Amino acid sequence: MNISPSLRRDFLTYALGYGLAIVLTGISFAFVFYRLLVPQAVFGVVLFLAVIQIVVHMRCFLHISLKQSARSDLQLILFSTLIIILMVGGTLIVVLDQNARMM
Amino acid sequence: MTIWHILLGRLTWSSLAFVRAWRDPTLSELIGAAAAAIAVGGAVVLFGLLTYLRAWRYLWSEWLTSLDHKRIGIMYMVFAGVMLARALIEAVVIRTQQAIAINNQGIVGPEHFAELFSTHGTIMVFFVGMPLLIGLMNYVMPLQIGSRDVAFPYLNSISLWLTIGGGIMMMASLVVGKFSTGGWSGYPPYTELAFNGGVGPDYWIWSVSLSSLGALMTGINFAVTIYKFRAPGMTWMRLPLFTWTSLCTSILMIFAVPPLTIATLMLAADRYLGMHFFTNDLGGNMMNFVNLFWLFGHPEVYILILPPFGVYSEVVSAYSSKELYGYTSLVIATMAIAILSFTVWLHHFFTMGQSAPINAFFGIATMLIGIPTGVKIYDWIWTMFWGEVRLNTAMLFSIGFMVTFVIGGMSGIILATPPVDYMVHNTLFLIAHFHNMLIPGMLYGVIAGYYYWFPKAFGFRLSEKWGRRTFFCFFVGFYLAFMPLYVMGLGGVARRSQELFDPTLRPWTIVAEIGALLLFTGLACIFIQLYVSIKQRHQTRVPVGDPWDARGLEWSMSAPPPEYNFAVIPQVSRRDAFYWRKKYDGAYRPADHYRDIELPKNSMCGILVGMGLTACFFGFVWHIWWLAFLGFAVAFGTAVVRSFNRDVNRVIPAAEVAAHDRRWLDRAAAARPIPRHLELTPENEGLAKWQG
Repeated sequence: MNISPSLRRDFLTYALGYGLAIVLTGISFAFVFYRLLVPQAVFGVVLFLAVIQIVVHMRCFLHISLKQSARSDLQLILFSTLIIILMVGGTLIVVLDQNARMM
Repeated sequence: MTIWHILLGRLTWSSLAFVRAWRDPTLSELIGAAAAAIAVGGAVVLFGLLTYLRAWRYLWSEWLTSLDHKRIGIMYMVFAGVMLARALIEAVVIRTQQAIAINNQGIVGPEHFAELFSTHGTIMVFFVGMPLLIGLMNYVMPLQIGSRDVAFPYLNSISLWLTIGGGIMMMASLVVGKFSTGGWSGYPPYTELAFNGGVGPDYWIWSVSLSSLGALMTGINFAVTIYKFRAPGMTWMRLPLFTWTSLCTSILMIFAVPPLTIATLMLAADRYLGMHFFTNDLGGNMMNFVNLFWLFGHPEVYILILPPFGVYSEVVSAYSSKELYGYTSLVIATMAIAILSFTVWLHHFFTMGQSAPINAFFGIATMLIGIPTGVKIYDWIWTMFWGEVRLNTAMLFSIGFMVTFVIGGMSGIILATPPVDYMVHNTLFLIAHFHNMLIPGMLYGVIAGYYYWFPKAFGFRLSEKWGRRTFFCFFVGFYLAFMPLYVMGLGGVARRSQELFDPTLRPWTIVAEIGALLLFTGLACIFIQLYVSIKQRHQTRVPVGDPWDARGLEWSMSAPPPEYNFAVIPQVSRRDAFYWRKKYDGAYRPADHYRDIELPKNSMCGILVGMGLTACFFGFVWHIWWLAFLGFAVAFGTAVVRSFNRDVNRVIPAAEVAAHDRRWLDRAAAARPIPRHLELTPENEGLAKWQG
């Protein structure tokens, strides 16, 4: 089969992303399953690995980069981040503020 | 477990509205049965008529299975028109009840009254407001950006059929079972199993879920279209303002609709799977439902209001024969509103018990939204200033909007002050306020846009006489119907009251009743206008396609447009592209050469997915599990099978495109250019005379 270089590069990127995603997920599971650290530390590790996972997905699967051609994608991601911070952060503030009323 | 239970779930004879009215013939039940009879009768007459006219094949192959964004847009609007008629009749019944029921039971019982305001709200937001605007955007936006279709035509069809499926469920709730009594916002714990075991809340959950799934897909579809399918040269700051507002609305739909879907599905999990997200006990937190609902609900307000802002920008500019004043400020204001709309949701529940600083923050954020909105109002006024203003139907609605909307904005600032909100929360003052925003902000805009773009879509103009009558009814009717509600609300009358106890309220309720009847007359005028306009279409044809001397690309082709929109994709070099082409004599010229055009084939997959999921959700409502499974299998199976189909496009040969284009150009060459004061006469064939 005749494979063009760009297709080959695409395939490698996806394969790399897939591998990284599996490894990162595996490490997270291992930390929880084998109780390698105290719970608070495990939480921190999982959170950290999750953030790396997000970056991997964006780079390898969604092809987001800092290049000029992908600038509008980057803007959309920053906008999404802003809205998600507003929504998730706002929800946490509102619900925690009212927590006393649920007692 | 009998065989009937397996076959029909919770359905029994007494689920039918007719049987209930037969067994218990009170006025309230009879009204319910009459409504059911209208729904069934309407369906029967429609089916009969289609069969009699042998129109099924035409309807199926030309409309229902079409993936053309223009046809899908029109179907959205027809659907919304039907739903609008129902919800407006319900509003009249609600007002009649409050006008009569002062120290007596009135015409509908408490349960029935609660169903009425719940369906009225749910339909008006999800099955009138959103479909009307999505329909308008579907039709106009691809034409404005110089595209042949939306990015995902098949997804567009699925969105349409999901929305229609939700509407079918709303109609079914008239005939079998009862709708929710929990209002359009469906707050738990009242809508939880413990307090509301019937099918009502399930109808609400599943019909709203269908609508929200459709809206989410539409949002993605439109945003991708505007990002990726613009004509060459159509940079961001050259987009027409309606496209800008469509983009902001799409982004709002992508981010704001998922919280609603999640909230309704979590409520469904509580009701069906015994979970405790929003229950009173076992760790449920119903305040989070309110939070999630309004995380959707507030941006939803701007989903409904931003596209009409775009319509007004187009309409005011075209009918003033002037460039839009303050284009950049309008774009910035639109974006600012879109972002700010995510920072104010808490003002819908100031009284729920969060601490004062949080209320203060959201109160101030709410008031801030008044600034970009005010900028827009000034921009429109300045656009009219020294323009050649023609006060036709669309312009009357636009000016009526500016006046009325500002009043609603003022009452909004009052409500945004938390201490004041504590006084008037849950009163008719709030009802008056949001109707004061949504009727001018949404309905007037849609009517203005309908009048403005109708000749483009169908090739003939709408009757001006009936348009003016519509405006009179909607303008005066609004003030009569809702100004009394401000007064009553300040007097402390709670919203959703089935019975009132203060005889001094009577004059106000009667004025509001007259207003509601006038609004209903307005809707009748719209339908009469359509009928009259079709009758006299031979005098109002505008085949050349530019009846208003307008500025955007959507006016640069024949009316109605060919299915591929543009014979050749236009090259855009500045804002208001078509206007400048007319000015520099570049319009109405043949292209250098025409190419084959590829368009999506019709597909019945959209209707199968939409109706399959509707059947599935209907099965959920009534616990008819085989139907739920079957419906889901059809929807999912169709989606999978279709994804293997590679042969989804058809080609229109270049020769055909060229022939069509040439016929249109000949028509344009033969037409007489019309100055603006002859715009509404039969002379107007859609070719504008250049006025330097």
